[in-house]
Amino acid sequence: MSRLVSRLAEVAIGSRGRVVEVDGGDAIGIRLLEMGLTPGVELSVLGTAPLGDPMEIEVRGYRLSLRKSEAARISVEVLPGA
Amino acid sequence: MSLSIEQATRTIALVGNPNTGKSTLFNALCGVRQRVGNYPGVTVEKKVGHVRGKHRTLELIDLPGTYSLAPHSPDEMVTVDVLLGRRTDAASPDAVLAIVDAANLERNLYLVSQLLELDKPVVVALNMMDVAREREVEVDVSRLADQLGVPVIPLEAHRKVGLAELRAVLDDIESLPSRTASSPFPALFQETVAELNVALSANGEADAKIGRELPRFLVERLLLDTGGYLEGHLLADADPQHRASLVAARDTLANAGMPVPGIEAVSRYRWAGEVTRDAVRQPRARAATLTDRIDQVLTHWVAGTLIFVLLMLVVFTSIFTFAPVPMGWIESLFELAGDFVSARLADGALKSLLVDGVLAGLGGVVVFLPQILVLFFFIALLEDCGYMARAAYLMDKLMSRVGLSGKSFIPLLSSFACAVPGIMAARVIENPRDRMVTILVAPLMSCSARLPVYIILVSAFIPATTYLGGLLSLQVLVFFAMYLLGIVVAAAVAWLLKKTLFRGETPPFVMELPSYKWPSPGTVVFRMLDRGWAFLRRAGTIIFAVAIVVWALLYFPRNEAEVKAEAARQLADPAVAALLADVPEEERLENLEKSLHQRQSLLGRAGQAIEPVVRPLGWDWRIGSAAIASFPAREVVMGVLGVIYRLGEDIDVGEEEDQTRLGAQLKAATWDGTARPVYNVPVALSLMVFFALCAQCAATLAVLKRETNSWRWPIFAFVYMTALAYVGALITYQVGMLFVA
Repeated sequence: MSRLVSRLAEVAIGSRGRVVEVDGGDAIGIRLLEMGLTPGVELSVLGTAPLGDPMEIEVRGYRLSLRKSEAARISVEVLPGA
Repeated sequence: MSLSIEQATRTIALVGNPNTGKSTLFNALCGVRQRVGNYPGVTVEKKVGHVRGKHRTLELIDLPGTYSLAPHSPDEMVTVDVLLGRRTDAASPDAVLAIVDAANLERNLYLVSQLLELDKPVVVALNMMDVAREREVEVDVSRLADQLGVPVIPLEAHRKVGLAELRAVLDDIESLPSRTASSPFPALFQETVAELNVALSANGEADAKIGRELPRFLVERLLLDTGGYLEGHLLADADPQHRASLVAARDTLANAGMPVPGIEAVSRYRWAGEVTRDAVRQPRARAATLTDRIDQVLTHWVAGTLIFVLLMLVVFTSIFTFAPVPMGWIESLFELAGDFVSARLADGALKSLLVDGVLAGLGGVVVFLPQILVLFFFIALLEDCGYMARAAYLMDKLMSRVGLSGKSFIPLLSSFACAVPGIMAARVIENPRDRMVTILVAPLMSCSARLPVYIILVSAFIPATTYLGGLLSLQVLVFFAMYLLGIVVAAAVAWLLKKTLFRGETPPFVMELPSYKWPSPGTVVFRMLDRGWAFLRRAGTIIFAVAIVVWALLYFPRNEAEVKAEAARQLADPAVAALLADVPEEERLENLEKSLHQRQSLLGRAGQAIEPVVRPLGWDWRIGSAAIASFPAREVVMGVLGVIYRLGEDIDVGEEEDQTRLGAQLKAATWDGTARPVYNVPVALSLMVFFALCAQCAATLAVLKRETNSWRWPIFAFVYMTALAYVGALITYQVGMLFVA
């Protein structure tokens, strides 16, 4: 069975995904982890701001905004649509 | 007499994620019994309150809202050091009060899991129970307390529900078990921390900052902080062997499949997941919440942008239209007080000090209050209902072009009304570098105090030409150009500062978008008054002191007899009399005297002395003096020019008649001893450009000092803005003269 893994920044609006990995041990990488984006957690992509960046996701029952450059550090397995 | 244990003060630290109602709880517990200050060397606000208990008064330290205790900067280190009792300027807390959002428990437990490792008694305030109920999230409070091993008190802080129970627990703080948490980390990690702790305290090496061993919590943080801040902070002058031990410990963990820093989040969220699995029941199908529906509109590409623009217009025009009304009252009140004192005192230094120094200085402080209160009313409202984060979300892309984030937008927008509340509003920016850059460029926005300068000069010197059949007027274009100049220069300076002085890793913009809720009037009003009071107490004193100093510079030295004789001589001179044609006869002598006094005052002499410096800008000494004398506030410049041109100081630029009178005097002004007019279009433009860019505003500099907790930054802002203003005015005049010639 093939898994579709892509960068969170490229995941289509309205999709769901499961975090595979978060890159980087710097402040941004640590902050993403602290906010609950740990491997295995499920998230959904809710949308982007009018200028195309940042994006808004839902994870662990709350809403989070992050820049696409930050979302590019997160690889997610895209889950089949509900 | 000795104090019994019951009477000794106990200190409690209040910690929690942002958007959990932490300040609402702090205010509900302490009321007005709170003090605000600064921790030295950092920009963190030190907020301490007192809770009246049954046995004694408890001291409550409010720490900044945070998602994690992992420090990456000196500001974040303050929280950790206060909690660990490592600061000499704050009492070591006897217990920790952790406030969490019941509707969002899993993420909130991340911070709780760190707090549980501090080896201090912890009380969990489970706030927002009402929101959780609304979302059909059921929290089993007693099971949660069992799981955490600490008391858990359900709360609705904004309705004061559960406060009595919380007070009772805090009252009985001695009976709380000092909890040694079972670590959420795997065994190997715990062993590695223990070994590293031993290695670091080997050969008598101790924490030089407090003279004892590092607390275990800090050793753990050191191991996890791959960003390097703690390593630099704690091991800067330590044995190089220690750094080697640290690297070795990280390698051990990486080889065992628990790489730092990832292992922390994985372990703590695993633990949080276990706790919530037992104690929280989530609704089976997540219903679309009100927040979902509101956000569909408010972050919509078209509707969201439109509503945002509308909201900002409302905020902005409110500062411009509501604030001037009470500002007028305040001005009249101080004028009345001035008249009252004037009528009862003989002319002389004392009267002048009281009226032009003390009362004018006080008035100059209080007059900012309406703008501050109006702006912070809206900011508190938008923050409390959850919109503030959306505003930052919508504007982030735009602001990131100059290296800032969406959070800088509202402080900068507010600065178009007045930089004082704008700079104060920059507190919402957590990143110290972004906050500093925002604060430093905020005074470049054309504030309302520049308007009088623009109005007089534009109406007097810019021809009323119109283009496109009357649609565009040259005067409006010049106005617009001055605003644009401020924005463009601010963008360039911000970009430059981020590339040089405030260079560093881009801070994360990973930001929670909190659920919408009805704002609580108590919180909004409290926050608004709190900001107003903070301004009066902390910046007001500096502004007042500057006003007194400038008064003295304008008053002394005083040669009454000489000035009287000279004024009488000038009045008899037909050339001067012609200039005073539209001044009422009885005022002419007095105005002449004022003008002469100002000219020979210390400040007036300074103005004359710097004439060679301002000549290249096309200015004579009069303009130079006016520019210097306007240091307390830009709008003063028109009053100073009024005195210089013998119109008296009560020039009201809002009145067309005064505008015309001052304008006429400016047009008629000539270089001393010649018939060559001082002002032409390039001079007017150069003066406007100077005032658009200069830092002639004592209040702004005073607030800069207070907000950055150092004199360095107001001095920096003053120097760079004055330099820019000078160069800008120079280029404007010199280039302008090419066209005139």
